[in-house]
Amino acid sequence: MTGSVALEMRPPLTGRPVYELAHVGKTYARNQVTALQDVSLVLNKGSFSAVIGSSGCGKSTLLKIMAGLIPPSTGRVVLQGEPVIGARRDIGMMFQQATLFPWRTALENVVLPIEIRDGRAAAMAARERARELFEVVGLKGFEDVYPGELSGGMAQRTSICRMLITEPAVLLLDEPFSALDELSRDFMNMELQRICTERDATAFLVTHSIPEAVILSDVVYVMKPRPGRIAEAVTIDLPRPRTLDMITTPKFGGLVDRIRGLLDREAFL
Amino acid sequence: MSTQQPVVAPTEGDTVWTEQISFIDRVPRSLSMLFVFAVFVILWQLATVSGLVSPIILPTPGETLQDLIFVGHNLITGGYMLPALWITIKEVIYGFALAIAIGFSLGVLVGETGFGERAIMPYLVAIDTMPKVAFAPLFIAWLGFGIASKVALAAFIATFPIVVGTAAGLHAADENARMLFKTMGASRLQTLVKMKLPHALPQIFTGLKIGAVGVMAGAITGEFLGGGKGFGELIRVAASQLDTPRVFSLILYLSLLGLALFVLVSFAQRRIVFWRKERVLADHE
Ligand SMILES: Nc1ncnc2c1ncn2[C@@H]1O[C@H](COP(=O)(O)OP(=O)(O)OP(=O)(O)O)[C@@H](O)[C@H]1O
Ligand SMILES: [Mg+2]
Repeated sequence: MTGSVALEMRPPLTGRPVYELAHVGKTYARNQVTALQDVSLVLNKGSFSAVIGSSGCGKSTLLKIMAGLIPPSTGRVVLQGEPVIGARRDIGMMFQQATLFPWRTALENVVLPIEIRDGRAAAMAARERARELFEVVGLKGFEDVYPGELSGGMAQRTSICRMLITEPAVLLLDEPFSALDELSRDFMNMELQRICTERDATAFLVTHSIPEAVILSDVVYVMKPRPGRIAEAVTIDLPRPRTLDMITTPKFGGLVDRIRGLLDREAFL
Repeated sequence: MSTQQPVVAPTEGDTVWTEQISFIDRVPRSLSMLFVFAVFVILWQLATVSGLVSPIILPTPGETLQDLIFVGHNLITGGYMLPALWITIKEVIYGFALAIAIGFSLGVLVGETGFGERAIMPYLVAIDTMPKVAFAPLFIAWLGFGIASKVALAAFIATFPIVVGTAAGLHAADENARMLFKTMGASRLQTLVKMKLPHALPQIFTGLKIGAVGVMAGAITGEFLGGGKGFGELIRVAASQLDTPRVFSLILYLSLLGLALFVLVSFAQRRIVFWRKERVLADHE
């Protein structure tokens, strides 16, 4: 796909490389499952990429390797010029579950990363910033509520704040909104876009939803299973900012069809 | 879109289908409990006055009540039974404190380290399957007839549920919570203190409650087998004199002590594990 780069579009394909993965492979020692094979990709500053593929094709494995949670068996991962070996301060991560700790208020949950890294005093100092983030995600007034009293969407918004509090350069998102209903999900996706644009953050999203991948991304990586590898990188040259209206445009439909075609083909191979 | 459905107004005399609440759900809990108690006492009374059961085996409710009052009076006025009760209370408290200290430490060792899990846990499981009161003569031989042997037996019995609760609880945190702490670059100690232990608290408290019951059993068994001057000794003496009303009332007061300890642990649980609402006496509703 060599679509013309529209003027409104951020320069994600031209920004400086932030993440570089070269020939990354992973074979789990425990069961000898080859989850990933020869994955190479470059994420540029400020770009939004999504990876899509059938269940078990190695998406989460890829994300964990990028986050430095597990080591790759082959290849290398470089983030901002430094190889990733272990957890990194410049990475923010989000999972399918909000994973808030019920003994901490929403605000205390949000400043937890600061508390872990720089101690209690720093966490206290970060509270003001956390309050601002609550406002950004529309949770003002819920700072002192315990997670048990938050709805699923509110909990995920809280976990967005927790991810953003450390001002990470890259966001790794493993199906962050798939537990939400469709309306909240659309809303959260637009919020995510806004936040990423505002901060010029580089984002990498794992998803099962083709429209979600297309509406958010500059590039969609389609993965094939057994062994997990990237089959194709589809460039999404829709103008930015993206709006939900775009879903009805023929161009959007064409891109969705194209990715669906790639996924379907893979299902029979 | 104004496709409003016509609303049928309920007219006078319409049968309204209301939700039925069963009789037992409408009766207050305390009343139902009182009812069971009353039936129990009546049956008891019938069994004794009818001569079905010999009064040496089973005293009448009246006799028991009389003795309850006597023992209660003796305790309140600082009679000879009070020091005995005090000794048993001390054994229970020391035993429980010891069990908490050892049980918690061992639980963390077993739950947190691979070595503990692989090398120590099998031994703990093996010892746990043994009938632990059988160790009583050993403790008495080692520690004598004083309070120490009872404390040791009580602690010995109560330690295991606390170890198991702590160790199992440390595995309660889900994969995401672990990954999250890893991405935040948390140290092992931080992960333990800020994530694993709070997650473990409900199970630790379950262990503590089982331990609270065990510690009472241990102290009294120790007193039965190892003499001394505790409440168990009073029971043993009363039983040997066939003074069954006394045995009954002493057991009742002892139960109150056990209940108090259990309720204390439950209240602590409600305060500390405030994010999970659990009832004090009923763990499952
Ligand atoms: N810790 C592990 N140990 C051994 N094998 C694993 C482990 N984690 C994942 N696998 C295997 O690796 C393969 C890829 O798993 P992964 O979780 O990356 O898939 P996924 O694409 O994220 O799937 P889903 O869409 O269902 O989340 C699977 O076959 C899985 O069985
Ligand atoms: Mg996954």
